[in-house]
Order: sequence, then C-alpha cells, then structure tokens
Amino acid sequence: MSTPLSTHLKRLEAESIHILREVASEFKNPVMLYSIGKDSSVMLHLAMKAFYPAKPPFPLLHVDTTWKFREMIRFRDETAKRLGVDLIVHVNEDGVRRGVSPVASGSNVHTQVMKTEGLRQALDKYGFDAAFGGARRDEEKSRAKERVFSFRSENHAWDPRNQRPELWSLYNTRIRPGESIRVFPLSNWTELDVWQYILAEDIPVVPLYFADVRPVVERDGALIMRDDERLPLNPDETPELRRVRFRTLGCYPLTGAIESDATSLEDIIAEMLASTTSERQGRLIDSDEAGSMEKKKREGYF
Amino acid sequence: MSQLFATAPSTAALADAVSRKTLLRFITCGSVDDGKSTLIGRLLYDTKLIFDDQLAAIEKDSKKYGTTGPGIDLALLVDGLEAEREQGITIDVAYRYFATDKRTFIVADTPGHEQYTRNMATGASTADLAVILIDARKGVLTQTRRHSFICSLLGIRHVVVAVNKIDLVGYSHVVFAEIEQAYREFAARLNFASITTIPMSALTGANVTAPSTDLPWYRGPTLLQHLEGVEVEADRRAQPMRFPVQWVNRPNLDFRGFAGTLASGQVRPGDEVTVAASGRSTRIARIVTMDGDLDLAEAGDSVTLTLEDEVDIARGDVLAPAASRPEVANQFAANIIWMEQEPLIPGRSYLLKLATRTTPATVTALKYKIDVNTLDQLAAKTLKLNEIAEVNVETSSALAFDPYAENRETGAFILIDRETNGTAAAGMVLHGLRRATNIHRHASTVDRAARSALKRQKPAVLWFTGLSASGKSTVANLVEQKLAVRGQHTMLLDGDNVRFGLNKDLGFTDADRVENVRRVGEVAKLFVESGTLVLCCFISPFEAERRMVRDLVGEGEFVEIFVDTPLETCIARDPKGLYRRALAGEIPNFTGVSSPYEAPKNAELVLRTADAPIDALADRVIDALIARGLIEN
Repeated sequence: MSTPLSTHLKRLEAESIHILREVASEFKNPVMLYSIGKDSSVMLHLAMKAFYPAKPPFPLLHVDTTWKFREMIRFRDETAKRLGVDLIVHVNEDGVRRGVSPVASGSNVHTQVMKTEGLRQALDKYGFDAAFGGARRDEEKSRAKERVFSFRSENHAWDPRNQRPELWSLYNTRIRPGESIRVFPLSNWTELDVWQYILAEDIPVVPLYFADVRPVVERDGALIMRDDERLPLNPDETPELRRVRFRTLGCYPLTGAIESDATSLEDIIAEMLASTTSERQGRLIDSDEAGSMEKKKREGYF
Repeated sequence: MSQLFATAPSTAALADAVSRKTLLRFITCGSVDDGKSTLIGRLLYDTKLIFDDQLAAIEKDSKKYGTTGPGIDLALLVDGLEAEREQGITIDVAYRYFATDKRTFIVADTPGHEQYTRNMATGASTADLAVILIDARKGVLTQTRRHSFICSLLGIRHVVVAVNKIDLVGYSHVVFAEIEQAYREFAARLNFASITTIPMSALTGANVTAPSTDLPWYRGPTLLQHLEGVEVEADRRAQPMRFPVQWVNRPNLDFRGFAGTLASGQVRPGDEVTVAASGRSTRIARIVTMDGDLDLAEAGDSVTLTLEDEVDIARGDVLAPAASRPEVANQFAANIIWMEQEPLIPGRSYLLKLATRTTPATVTALKYKIDVNTLDQLAAKTLKLNEIAEVNVETSSALAFDPYAENRETGAFILIDRETNGTAAAGMVLHGLRRATNIHRHASTVDRAARSALKRQKPAVLWFTGLSASGKSTVANLVEQKLAVRGQHTMLLDGDNVRFGLNKDLGFTDADRVENVRRVGEVAKLFVESGTLVLCCFISPFEAERRMVRDLVGEGEFVEIFVDTPLETCIARDPKGLYRRALAGEIPNFTGVSSPYEAPKNAELVLRTADAPIDALADRVIDALIARGLIEN
C-alpha cells in the first residue's frame, strides 16, 4: 500500500469487494476471467482483499487465443505464482487445428472462434455457474446498460431487452441448472479510477503499458507491434523502432500502440487526462460495424 | 465555474485533488422530449469526457438517426442499445461517469414513460439526488409528479428541478417563476429535504456547465456547480451500527472472521455487539483487512470482523449494538413496486432477499395500490407490472430489518419469482407488524410424533394434481380404500367438496385459486400434525402453489402425484358436462380451456390414466408409499 485512497476510490473498492463476496457466498462454482490487462489486475487485487486472510475461493481462467503478447503470458504465470492462486489456461484446440488466426482469418472470425467460442468451451467444460469479468460500463455504449450480475442462458446468450432489474446492492443470483451469471465487479469504475487505484495500491501491471522502444509497423493508421515472426510483413513494410506503449492489451496483431513517453503510473495518468481518444480506439475489433459490441455480447463475448 | 480536467495538471496537484474527491450518485428523470439524454450528453461533452473517436462515431450516427437537424445529436452518446437509437427512446437504465476536480459523478439515466417505472425505480435506488427535467413550454406535468413521487418513495432527499428549453420561451423569468411555484406546491406532499430550481437549455448549454448572458435575472449556480457543491451524505455514520454478515471466512482452524459491508454506523475493536436474531452478545476483537488491522470501520466499508467469543453466526445474521437493535419479526408492512409481467398474487410464495438474508415470503395483504400520477389510493386484488402498493409481508422465518426511511441498506428488499427466478418486486419496509411479535406458538405436550406413533404410520400429504376429469378423485378414492384395508388412518380432501364449506366464498380467478389451495394446504398440514395420511384432489394448476403446500409440511411429507391425462381425453370423458359448457364460453377461467395448467416438472409420481387400469395405478401409489417408508409393507 502506498497512498491513502480518496473517498470515491474507497467507495468503489468497497462496492467491488461486496460483489466478489456475494458471488462466493451464493454460487456453487464461480471462476474469475483473467485477461492479464490492467482491469484484471485490479479485479484480482480486490479479490485478494475481499477474502483475506483466505485466498479467493475460486480459480482464475485465461482463455488464451495463442496470439497474446509474450510479455502478457510471462506476467500471467508470474502473477499466479506470486499470489498463490489457481490458474486455468484454456485454448480452443479446435480453432488451432483449423488454423484460425488474426492474420489468416481476420479479426472477426479469430475473435469469435478463439475468444467467444473458447470461453464457452471452458465454461461448459468446468461447469462454472458464475464468471467474473473486468468490464467497465464506461468502456462502450452497450456496456453502460449491462447489469453487475448479468444473466446468461444455457447457450451463454445475453438478452439486453430482458435484463433483471437491479436495485440497491441486492443482487438476484438465482439460476437454473445450465444457466450462468457474468459478474462485473468493476462496473462503476472508469479508466481513470483504475489507474489511480493501481497507483495508490501499488498493483503490478504488464510492462507493455509503459513506454519503451518497440518494433512497430503502421497499418491503417494503427501502430502494430511485431511480437513474433508469425506476423507477415507486407513487401513495403519494415518494422521501425518507436517509443510506444499500449492503453489496452489484447491479441498483438489487433492491438494498436500509441506513441508515448509515459514511463511511470503518474505519467500514464497525466497523459490520459490530456488524451482526446478513448481507450477502445486501439481495439481493432470494436469498430467493425455500429453496435458491434452489443452483437458480440449477445453471442456470449465478454 | 470549476476548473475541469481539460489539460493535465501537475502530479502533485493531481494527487492532492484526487485524495479529497468525493462521489455523487444521481439520477436524471424526464422523457425524451424533455431533453434528458441531451442534458447528459452535454455534461459529458462539456467536462471533456467525450473522446474524438466517440465524437466521430456519433457524428456518423447523427446523420443516420439524429433528431436535432444538422449538427451533432448529443443524445446519441447516451442511447446505447441499437433499438433505442432506432426508435429515439431510452428503454433501459444506463450508467454514465464523469468527473471534475471536486467530485466524480455516477449518473443513472432512466426512461421517463409510465411503462418504465421499474427502470426509474432501479436508477433511483442507488441515487442520492435527482435531476427532474421539466420542459419550460409545458410546465409541471403528470409525468413530473410521477417522477417526483418515485424518487421520494425510493428515499431520494435532494432534488434539482431543471427547467429546460428556457431558450424556447424567450428566457422568460415569469415562466420560470410560475413553474417553480407550481412544483414547490406539489412537492410539499413529498419527503424532500431540499429542492433547487435551475433554468437551462441543454441544447445550447446555457446554465448546464456555464452561466448564460441570456439569463441575467438568474443569480443561482449552474447545474454543474450545484452538483459539485451539494451536501447529500445523510450521515450514515451517525446511525446505529448495522453489519449484515455476508461471508464467514475460515481459512484455517485458528481464524474465524465475519466479512461484510457496514450498512451504517461505526465499529471499533472492543465494541459490544449483539446478533440481532439470537440476542447473543460478544465484543469485536479485530477489524481485519489485507492492509493491516483497523482501529475504526465506518458505514460503506467492506471489512472482516473477528469476535472475542465463539458465537454461532452465519451469513444473513446482523450484528448491532445491544442498545439499539433492528426489529426482528416475520411480518412487516412495506411499499412494493411490481416488476414482472406475471402479476402479484397475495398468498403466493416468493423468495425475499433483504441485506444478505434470503427466505421464502408471501404477501399476506394488499392494502391498496397507489396511482403514481395522482397519488390516490385504490383498492386492488393483484398488482401488475409497474404498479406500486402498500402490502403486508410474511416471511417463513424471522429476520432483522429497519424501516427503509431510517436505513436504506437494512430496509430494502427484493422479491424473486420462484418459477422464473426473475426479480418480481422491489420493496421498502415501513414498519414491523405487532401481531407477529405478540403471537407465540404454543407447544403441546402430545406432539405429532406421539400422535403418529399411536397410529403406527408416518403422516404425509398425497397431493393429486391434474386437469378436471383427469381421474384424480377416482384414483384417490381407490387408494384410500386400499389404505383403509391396511388399517391406515386417512382423510380425503376433495376440490369440489371444500368449495361447499371452507372455501364457499371463493371463485375461480387466479387470485381465488391461489387462496383456495393455500387454505387447503393449511388444513392438510393440521391433519399431518394429527398423524394422518391426507389425500388431496385439487386441479391446483399453478406450480407456485403446489410448492407452497410442499414447503408447509416437512421434508419427505409431500408426495406430488400428477394424474396425467391428455386434455382431449378429459374433454371426451366430461362426466359433469363442464368442458362442453366451458368450450361454449359459458364458464370463464376453466383450466385447460381458458385458464392455464402448469404441469409438474418434478412430481414424485406420474400416473398416466390412458396407459393402465385404475387399480394398477392405485397400487403404484401404495408401492410408492411403502418405498418411501410412510407405511409398512
């Protein structure tokens, strides 16, 4: 712990801890979706706090698309070891066999097969009845209307027109066998809250969030880091070394870097306050069509 | 006007500002036409919370869906779901976030139409303040009264009346003053601590975040200034301590902690606390957190407490000071808002969740419903979606609560439909009911075990359910004969027969059918207490009521027997000529014809009368009773 929390961060923290405990109390087999990013880091930190001195009574699940930055995978394994928590890694092997990749199949198919279908496979395989996700309502318009406890049918589908009313901090956790609930403890946090909390609580994050000299190519206005040899270069492309960092982390061929000199958490916060673009702008998968996130979520995307 | 985070401040200034920052949760009420979404879009836009890529997206959308002519339609920023954008309405509650250097804000943006009352109540439940929009051209309307009433009902104490579109009435002071007076006259009937009236134009931005030169007669704050400065923290810390236990933390044999969120008050190590339901007292030993033990925890903090003594405590218990405990009762009066398509039926069993406790509950009396537009009290037998009523609630076990007006955390509850698992109602406790505390069960010396031992049998309810003419009474009659031959003590309650006496005041509406089954269930329970095997033949079309009777008696004492005969066969049999008359429209609410039958999903026994002779079916019932150990072979 480094600095005392502001009133508003304390209230957000307490609300999230309440949500985490409520799930542990009322579900038989919960899991925490761990995507290695800053939001997951905060969510995991809150889980460590919620159940202290016990460990969180649920495992972490990472749906690995096999195209994450290598630094993310290293950070994931180190984090699980450092905190002594169970980590399940699931890969959609069927997708791998079919050769699905962001390069060969495009972002839509890759995301659908390796993320959405991979997630469904893992949830079915282990029979999880509740899954925590680090999504925030300020990220995207359709998320703004999603409940903290978001009901999913047996087919993992979300029906935005038929959501349960959610009042006070009284969460309806009742489900039938096969149905499940996605739970978003960070619903009321903003990107700024997340960074200020990481700063105040001294929470480790993947180094890719900090500026460094990295090999990138510019494609359709986005700076793509060539993390390994699998990303083919166009004839006219040569990776150039630029000082960049990432605001969000995903599959490396689908995640745009920004030019930045921010090497500390303080720098990141200052840079964000001056920024004129939203964090999801770096995500190439959201902008395919209007309402694209709502559509993906109805199909079971987190 | 406050300094916004338009440019990056120095790190030191940032850290300082951040540590003092407070949080305000508010709700905006009004319909599309009042400019509600435009107002929120304006707040986000003026506080620089709209990013370039989002702006580009809505510029594109403005051409497709926009309703404000050329230029950007700020409302599109907040209308998230595709259907809303297409229809130009706001269906669901959306939460929005923005910050200045003084406060961070969470805005619940809720729909204004009457059919979305439940969504508005949802947004209001977590809000400390309401911004109620009034179109300056229209003044105080029915919907203004409705929005204000719901906010007051949900315990919001501070209101801003935003008189919007003031530009369209020529920035008239007279119009503004008339609206303000009309609103204050009406709101005197409600429970608000403060009302602030502000003239503004969300479209032009006047008085939203910046004052306007077009309103020289107005000297008050802009909306944002008011939101930044208003004091809303009803001092939850000064109220008596309430700690609903959420999770028992037992990592090893040496540690036993009780985790939860402090609903009100403060707690320190050494404080004496009482478990509200059992009355057992002990002292707080430690307040445990990952950052080290605390000397003090306050309302809103999520902590883990350890106690000095080994006291039996589980999730759902409430810790409180011995001197000011919550009420503990199984009956209370409450206001409820109905939230499901399926109407409320008094007597039906629901699950009630209050703080961390979940227990079966029924609405025992519907005192009156409230017309949300006029606040008139109306007589009612059921409650439909979005209707509000005062009711009496009975829970199957006693629970600890406070009146909602005194404590939002320990006075609020939801009702959950046991069939669909949907959230059926939101409730606010008014007060405990005296009769619950003054009636105590009398324990008799000759108990049910003694009575059933005398009869050499275990008592049970054999519940025959099925369509009219399915053969329930025929099978049950034969089963009773066979039991009598075996020397068993039995009683048969028949649907038609009880309607000549016990239930002769009841008809066949859904509400009366529920009451019919409830009374029969209570009578069957009395026979079970006497050690008798009770055979009940009732159509009992609803799963919820069959479950209610099941819950009345003990585990293993309810045997549900579904007499499964196809409707066509029943119609063909028609021994009393009822189907003929029902199909001709002469009998309303006839099960299978004009009223639904919910077939049991988990009956202990299913008898298909089409497949086997009656005698064989009766023998199957006897075999089932032997298999369950209710009678001897």
